[in-house]
Amino acid sequence: MAVKIRIPTPLRSVTNGADMVEVQAGTVDEALKNMCGQFSGMEKRLYKQPGELNRFVNIYVNDEDIRFLNNLQTPVKDGDDISVVPAIAGG
Amino acid sequence: MSYVLGLKCRECGEKYPQKGVHVCEVCFGPLEVQYDYAAMRGKVTRESIENKPRNLWRYRDLLPIDGEPKAGLYSGCTPLRRAHNLEKVLGVKELYIKDDSANYPTWSYKERVVSVAITKAIELGYDTVGCASTGNLANSVAAHAAVAGLKAFVMIPHDLEQGKVLGSLIFGPTMVRINGNYDDVNRLCSEIADKYKWAIVNVNLRPFYTEGAKTFGFEVAEQLGWRLPKHTVCPTAGGTILPKIYKAYKEFIDLGLVADNAPKIYSAQAAGCNPVVEAIRAGHDLIKPQKPKTIAKSIAIGNPADGFYVVQAVKESGGWGEDATDTEIVDAIKLLARTEGTWTEPAGGTTLAATIKLINSGRIPRDESICVCITGNGLKTVEVVVDQLALPTSIAPKLDAFDALMSTFQTQPTLTSAKIPAGV
Repeated sequence: MAVKIRIPTPLRSVTNGADMVEVQAGTVDEALKNMCGQFSGMEKRLYKQPGELNRFVNIYVNDEDIRFLNNLQTPVKDGDDISVVPAIAGG
Repeated sequence: MSYVLGLKCRECGEKYPQKGVHVCEVCFGPLEVQYDYAAMRGKVTRESIENKPRNLWRYRDLLPIDGEPKAGLYSGCTPLRRAHNLEKVLGVKELYIKDDSANYPTWSYKERVVSVAITKAIELGYDTVGCASTGNLANSVAAHAAVAGLKAFVMIPHDLEQGKVLGSLIFGPTMVRINGNYDDVNRLCSEIADKYKWAIVNVNLRPFYTEGAKTFGFEVAEQLGWRLPKHTVCPTAGGTILPKIYKAYKEFIDLGLVADNAPKIYSAQAAGCNPVVEAIRAGHDLIKPQKPKTIAKSIAIGNPADGFYVVQAVKESGGWGEDATDTEIVDAIKLLARTEGTWTEPAGGTTLAATIKLINSGRIPRDESICVCITGNGLKTVEVVVDQLALPTSIAPKLDAFDALMSTFQTQPTLTSAKIPAGV
């Protein structure tokens, strides 16, 4: 078991086309950092600087926006589902 | 002939060709259409615009299409009205209502963005279009797709007003109701756009779609006699229209079509969903998402994708943000109806209520021109006023009965009996 990270289309050029990446982690930050360690170019796409995501990157843990949880320090456990979702327009 | 150069990331500047892509692969920033403004000089003029048909495509030189328009040939060019009655009630000198509750064919500002997106979808070879919507966008996508012969999938929150639901279903799209709020629908659509090869107008066609919103601002400028209002108040949901109205004003200034009067732009939100107004008040550009709780469902977007750009445009222009409670929203809906004969939905009530508060707080001076942006129609949201408007007693078809009824009336309703939101 591990934490699953869903990869949106714009990031799949970095993951060699993979739409799901599995990592071992205790927090969202650890999960994303572990993924960044696996794929070169991932870090600058997600992070503005360590501890701060780019403005238009939304992260969800099991369908909840991490900004309603504990941001990057939100704890995750085996079987949790992390989604990386770009912001989209209103409707 | 098109002046489009391509797409460019607003954050990092990475360039892309025109295609169904909405976020930068380098930094996730939104992509924006780039135009060759130098080539427009001397060619895009007041006359060149005035000589085109009266629909939103008269501004096509500043829109991202390559061929002929394929949708919205009867959309746009909605009334810009001097609101003399409202001027008297509010004690201001020059007030205008830009009224997209009269936009054809589905009565909201969304015709503008959808006309451009559907045309672009056809140009890019898509046969299916879709959207994530709070109602108005779904209505517009369904109608324009029906005319264009495209398949349509509209994704909406499960709890929308009946008028907004039927206002889509009548056009025969596939509707998917989602058990969640708009932000949940939005997120799902982002994943659907990844998986299915559809043109989801506000996802993968977003760079083209959002440009259509400029036509609201172009029309205001042209209809005012090629000048800009000093103050423009605009509702904010996902954050599309406000920055695009401001961009439209700036494009007309840069092309020499209007004088630069340093226009100021203001964001209006419902108090139950005000992440952008909160950021403006706090003086930072970080938008903290919210769980919406307001009757203004069409603008109940707690995680506005372009909220950052709203804050930026407001700040750059010297404008401000204001919010309105549900009670203030309904009062403003009634005030607009009873002074100017326009029945708007809660988003419009929000905008007028916020305008009144901005005037009363002194943010908007009473002696300068003001434009209130009305973006949707009240007939779609009867739920918000049905409890406020008592159904009159019925009487026998006899003059006696009518006379008896008349004797119960204390006074005739007058203009000023319209309830004015608190603080006026």
